[in-house]
Amino acid sequence: MLHTNLTHVLSKDEHSKLLQENENVMICCGRMGPMCIPVYEAMEELENEYPHVKFADMEFDLPDASVIRDLPECRNFAGLPFVVYYKNGKVVKATSSIQTRDQITAILDEHFGKNN
Amino acid sequence: MENHFEVIVIGAGAAGLTAGIYLSRAKVNTLILNEGAVGGQMVLTHEIANYPGVDSISGYQLARNMKNQALKFGAKIKSNIKIKSIKPEGEIKSVELTNGEVYTSDALIIATGGRSRTLGVPGEDKFKGMGISYCATCDGDFFQDKKIIVVGGGNSALEEAVALTKYASSVTVVHQFDHFQAFEHYVEEARNNPKINFIMESKIEEFIGDERLTAVKIRNQRTGELTEMEIDGVFVFIGYAPNTEMFKGILELNDYGEIVVDKNMSTSLKGVFAAGDSIAKRFRQVTTAVGDGTVAALSAAEYVNNLKKSKA
Ligand SMILES: Cc1cc2nc3c(=O)[nH]c(=O)nc-3n(C[C@H](O)[C@H](O)[C@H](O)COP(=O)(O)OP(=O)(O)OC[C@H]3O[C@@H](n4cnc5c(N)ncnc54)[C@H](O)[C@@H]3O)c2cc1C
Repeated sequence: MLHTNLTHVLSKDEHSKLLQENENVMICCGRMGPMCIPVYEAMEELENEYPHVKFADMEFDLPDASVIRDLPECRNFAGLPFVVYYKNGKVVKATSSIQTRDQITAILDEHFGKNN
Repeated sequence: MENHFEVIVIGAGAAGLTAGIYLSRAKVNTLILNEGAVGGQMVLTHEIANYPGVDSISGYQLARNMKNQALKFGAKIKSNIKIKSIKPEGEIKSVELTNGEVYTSDALIIATGGRSRTLGVPGEDKFKGMGISYCATCDGDFFQDKKIIVVGGGNSALEEAVALTKYASSVTVVHQFDHFQAFEHYVEEARNNPKINFIMESKIEEFIGDERLTAVKIRNQRTGELTEMEIDGVFVFIGYAPNTEMFKGILELNDYGEIVVDKNMSTSLKGVFAAGDSIAKRFRQVTTAVGDGTVAALSAAEYVNNLKKSKA
C-alpha cells in the first residue's frame, strides 16, 4: 500500500466499485518515487478544494493495477506516475510523469469543473 | 492565518526546513512558503546514504522528518503556493502570492534551491513521460531491452548511464563537449561498459515522434553535421539551475544566477538571508544545505532580535 492519505485502491474490484460510486475520479498509479510523491501531495491538498472529485491512488506494481497500466490511453506511457481521470466510469484524460499542482488543477477544471 | 511573521522562509527543501526548525525552536514566529511538494530535491532522491548519523534513508522520509520537526516547534508551512511578487527592500518585507494573499515579515530567508535543467528543444514537453525521462530509478524499467540515450557528461549522467544498462539493450551518451565533467572513476566505469557508446561534441536539437518518442536529431558541434537517430528513450541529466529568477535585479546574483552571500548568509539586502543550493557555493549536498539553513536562521534570529531591541 502506498504511504499517502488518499483512498487506496487495492484490487480490480475496488477500482470498478470506485468508478461506479463516483462521477468524477482521479487515480494516481505510481510508486513512492520522486516523480510520484509531488503528485500525491498535490492531490492530498486538492481533496478539500474539489469535494466533487474522488482522489485515489493505486500501487503501480500490484498485479491488479493492470486495469490502469493496460488502458489504451496509457499505451505510450513510459514515465511514472500514470494518472487517469474518469467521468462516469470513462477515461477523459490520462497523463504520464510528474505534473505540477497547476497542471492537475487545469485538468480538473476542464473535465470536472471548479468547485462552486 | 495571521499575516505578519518575524521571518518568512521561501522554500521548504533541506535548507528552508532546517531554518524553520531553528527559528521556531528559538520561538521566532516563522512562515515557510513553498512552491511544489515540501522537501525539494530531497524528495527526488531515492536513498541518502551520506547524512551523518543516519545509516541510509529515503529522501522522502528525511524530508518528512524535517517537515514534522519544523511543524512540531511551531513553524507554519504553506506548500504548493506560487509567489507573484516580493518586496524585500526596507524594514518590512512583503510577499504576494498568486491567490492574492499577502504576507509580511521583518526578515526573509531565501532557500529556493535548484532544479534539473531541461534541454529546451522542440518536442521535449510533448514527449515527457512518453520516452523522455529525468529519473533513471523511476522510469528505467520501462526501457527493458530498448535503445536509449543519456544526455550529459557529469557525474549523474555517467552514473545513471551505467545504472540504465541493467535494463536497456544499448545506452548512447550524448555530450556537448569533447571531455567529461565527471569524476574519473565514473568515466572509467562508463567507458568499460560494453553496452555504452558515446557521441561527443554533440547536442540534441529536436525530439521526434507521433504518439511517443521515436527519434532525435543530433547536431555535431564541431562539424555542424545534423543526423537523425532512432531511439526508444532519452534520459536527461544536464545539471541544475538555481531557482533565483524572481530575485534578478533585486539581490546581487553571480554570473550563474546564484545568490551572493557572506559568511552569515546575508545577501546584498539588509534583513534578507539565503541558504542552500540557491546560493553561490561549491558543494551542493543535503548536509551543506542544512548547514547553510542553520547559519541563515541564526543570523535572521539575531537580526530580528536587534530590530526589536532598537525599537524598545
Ligand atoms: C537526484 C538527486 C540526488 C541527490 N542525492 C544526494 C545525496 O545522496 N546526498 C546529498 O547530500 N545530496 C544529494 N542531492 C543534493 C541535495 O538534494 C541538494 O543539495 C539539497 O537538497 C538542496 O537543498 P535546498 O533546500 O537548498 O534546495 P531544494 O531541495 O531545491 O529546495 C528548494 C525548495 O524551494 C522551492 N521553491 C523554489 N522556488 C520557489 C519560489 N519561487 N517560491 C517558493 N518556493 C520555491 C522548491 O519547490 C523546493 O521545494 C541530490 C540531488 C538530486 C536532484
